[in-house]
Amino acid sequence: MSIVNYLVLAAVLFTIGAVGVLVRRNAIVVFMCVELMLNSVNLTLVTFARTTGTIDGQLIAFFVMVVAAAEVVVGLAIIMSIYRTRRSTSVDDANLLKY
Amino acid sequence: MTGSETLPAEGLLAASWLLIALPLAGAAVLLLGGRRTDRWGHLLGTATVVVAFVIGLLCTVQLAGVEGRSVQVDLYTFMQTGTLDVQAGLLFDPLSALFVLLITGVGALIHVYSIGYMAHDAARRRFFAYLNLFVAAMLLLVLGNSYVALYVGWEGVGLASYLLIAFWYRRPAAATAAKKAFIMNRVGDVGLALAVFIMFAQLGTTDYAGVHGSVGLLAGGTVTALGLLLLLGACGKSGQFPLQAWLPDAMEGPTPVSALIHAATMVTAGVYLIARSAPIYDATPTARNVVLAIGAVTLLIGAVIGCAQDDIKKVLAYSTVSQIGYMFLAVGLGPAGYVAGLAHLLTHGFFKAGLFLGAGSVMHGMGDRTDIRRFGGLASRMKVTFVTFGLGYLALIGFPFLSGWWTKDAIIEAALDHGGTWGWVLGGVAILGAGLTAFYMTRLMLMTFFGPARWEDGVHPHESPPVMTAPMVVLAVGSVAAGFLLVQAFPLSGWLEPVFGEPEEAGHVVAPIVVSIVVTLVVALGVLTAWLFVGRREVPVTAPARVSPVVRAARRALYADTVNESLFMRPGMWLTRALVFVDNRGVDGVVNGTAAALGGSSSRLGRAQTGFVRSYALGMLGGAVLVAGALVAVTAG
Amino acid sequence: MTVLVAAAEGGVVIGTGEAIVFWVLGPVALAGALGMVLSRNAVHSALWLVNTMLALGVFYVVQEAPFLGAVQIIVYTGAIMILFLFVLMMVGRDSSDSVVETLRGQRVAGIVLGIGFAALVGAGIARAAEGTVVRGLAAVQGEEGGAANGNVEAIAEVLFTRYLLAFEVTSALLITAAVGAMVLAHTEREPGTRQTQKELSRARFLTADHPQTLPGPGVYARANSIAAPGRLPDGSPAAASFSTGVEPQVVDELPPSGSVGAERAGIPHSGGTDAALGTVGGTSTGTTPGSGEQAPR
Repeated sequence: MSIVNYLVLAAVLFTIGAVGVLVRRNAIVVFMCVELMLNSVNLTLVTFARTTGTIDGQLIAFFVMVVAAAEVVVGLAIIMSIYRTRRSTSVDDANLLKY
Repeated sequence: MTGSETLPAEGLLAASWLLIALPLAGAAVLLLGGRRTDRWGHLLGTATVVVAFVIGLLCTVQLAGVEGRSVQVDLYTFMQTGTLDVQAGLLFDPLSALFVLLITGVGALIHVYSIGYMAHDAARRRFFAYLNLFVAAMLLLVLGNSYVALYVGWEGVGLASYLLIAFWYRRPAAATAAKKAFIMNRVGDVGLALAVFIMFAQLGTTDYAGVHGSVGLLAGGTVTALGLLLLLGACGKSGQFPLQAWLPDAMEGPTPVSALIHAATMVTAGVYLIARSAPIYDATPTARNVVLAIGAVTLLIGAVIGCAQDDIKKVLAYSTVSQIGYMFLAVGLGPAGYVAGLAHLLTHGFFKAGLFLGAGSVMHGMGDRTDIRRFGGLASRMKVTFVTFGLGYLALIGFPFLSGWWTKDAIIEAALDHGGTWGWVLGGVAILGAGLTAFYMTRLMLMTFFGPARWEDGVHPHESPPVMTAPMVVLAVGSVAAGFLLVQAFPLSGWLEPVFGEPEEAGHVVAPIVVSIVVTLVVALGVLTAWLFVGRREVPVTAPARVSPVVRAARRALYADTVNESLFMRPGMWLTRALVFVDNRGVDGVVNGTAAALGGSSSRLGRAQTGFVRSYALGMLGGAVLVAGALVAVTAG
Repeated sequence: MTVLVAAAEGGVVIGTGEAIVFWVLGPVALAGALGMVLSRNAVHSALWLVNTMLALGVFYVVQEAPFLGAVQIIVYTGAIMILFLFVLMMVGRDSSDSVVETLRGQRVAGIVLGIGFAALVGAGIARAAEGTVVRGLAAVQGEEGGAANGNVEAIAEVLFTRYLLAFEVTSALLITAAVGAMVLAHTEREPGTRQTQKELSRARFLTADHPQTLPGPGVYARANSIAAPGRLPDGSPAAASFSTGVEPQVVDELPPSGSVGAERAGIPHSGGTDAALGTVGGTSTGTTPGSGEQAPR
């Protein structure tokens, strides 16, 4: 048992979140996957803070949480407004941004 | 300006700008006034020129009393910045005065004549507007005090000439002739423009006083280039070899135009230019010799071609080419020839204008036919025309004591006095030209006025109205008397002394009396030959087909058009086609190809942009994998 | 706290207790992540994610970050996930919950890339972090009587000194996010244009479109399958409820009209419409399949 376990777990969680972003179509679930990715990064930050013996990693993780909170607020508002106009939360339906 | 101080103008001379302004105003009124001026437009047009003639006469009289006989009229400052000071002004000196009198005098007569000649033309007002425009431009040409002013007038007369040749623009031949004249004039104008550029670049000034005062500062090569470029301009305007081909075609215009522009005034602008640029040519013998050569060659070409033409106006046109060749020859001789050349220019202005007006009168009576093979026997039907035409004819061939005799003999003498082999060659060419002139003019006279009538059916020759014959009479009187007046009674050399300096009395190589006798004999020989060829025999109505190669060549104008076509037109067309091809396929191909390649590739790439966020995210993850792989590869390696 | 101080390198030896926590909660977190991605129902996804986050919160506590662990559980699991669920409830279950992939190759490519990424990053981190000495945070935050009195004080000390500017900027970020969310979610209405309920319902019925709220998938269906379209009161499939991803299937037919529930319940109905559903009197204005579009809102 070493910190490598935590790091590999974080890597696997991050990958699952990334794949989730790719395969899920519900914008809200996609958002949850993004949150999962952020959380896995937080785990590595906390782990490294402990490894290096400095508290800064925890601070960064704290800021990540704050930013994530702000992002969720704005992101969910965007999803709501898209849902209002398109009657759908599918990310594939919001596909006007193309050539 | 050799040694003469140019004074500011006073009195009437200060108003010499009116000379230009009056015809210009006439042209403006006639062109802008439209149909409202139809009824009195021709009278206004004539009046402006007549008034201009009166003003010119008074100015000249006043000029005779001015010390140095040269005045300057500052019109306005065109631009003044630093050392550059461009003034627009007029220079009224004896040389200008001569031309002013010739232009306004002959111009007024021809305006009067045109009232009758164009009476039945619906566009008579337009005709007078163009004529007035021409007179204004020509006066600016001779009155300007700098090469730039001259250039403006130069282009102005070119424009007026173009408009008037194409006056009957519905006739394809007239339109083509006008374009030909315009384009060949452009060739010459390029030379003149380059000469002005050189002056400005090298001397920083273009006015006559400045340029002529500092010609000595220029390198020899520059002066020669300047002389040759000015000569190119002169050749274009005066129909000299190798740019002579447009002048005969210009006869497509109305006959008064041929008389005024293409005989008396505009085509002599080249002679004026060379005479005005005398200090430049004095500094470059090379250019002067080229002038001589061109004059001699043109003189012969014009005379030879004139012998074989059957169109009354074409004969006169080639005669004009030939006579201007004489003038070039004269002014090319240097100080000895300037006065002779200008005297010939003036007398030629009289008798050639008279001849053209006579030709116009004949055409008027013959229903606009010009083929002299279908004339004949007109002497009894058109007495005034016959007499005036005959006097012009005698003056042209150099009948003793008529004006041509005085001035042409002076040129031949001056050519012989040039000295050496060159002098003999030039003199011989000039004498030969006199003989040929006598031949073709006699042939013209005989075929037009003598012999049996060879008229086509339905032609009823009649004398022209007095409004046409009166100018002819005046010009005929001029043809008779001008030579004597200019050479003996009021020597032109004295009048022009402020411009060209004291005429030096050079030792004659051949005694003048001998020259006169020889020339007269040659002329008589030419007349006799013509009588033997034409007068004695029946004139065939159609030109004989079986003729010697020389005649055939002369009929084809010595293949000038063929040469022009094969040397310039065809290669030009090939060049244009090649350039069009290069432009279409090469330049456009590259441009369009680039555009098509970019457009095609961007539309292909645009397909990748599906609008699906998840596809983009896939790309991002792919990139992240690559980065991670690269990191692992680097740290592991 | 199951941290044992190792004297040898001045580092911390990870003890058995922590290992037990890891090997118990690690699979739980992994299962939560996988469950979130694989759940068809978004609400289930959210619950699975809560699972993972709780496990992570415990990991934080185990790794000498009790404050972060608390924040994780309270803020993330408590607040943010509630926000997610709230929005999910507002939006309702959606046809985008379908797990049928519509982009060709997307799923395969995503999984392959994901496995590759996990392998590369995992292997790289494992190689790089192998044998790293764990210093521990005892010297920084310490226990009682240490450099600082515990984790919270240590964080506060750094947060309000070295990271003060970032902290203040964060506040700006949060206020911006709050305002942004309001702007996005707010629908502006011209003053004085507010319509009364009477006008609204009149306007709704004047249009030839669907006058009612749109049916959710399966509202009138006799099956839970996403492939089964909703039924309109007259029994025809509601086009507006067709799933965008799957071919609509007719799972079952309406029973004969005599056995309609409302009738059986003794409520009379007229004109063949289902009076029990009670929205349209007399004639049916229900949309026919193919013409059903969005109702005006």
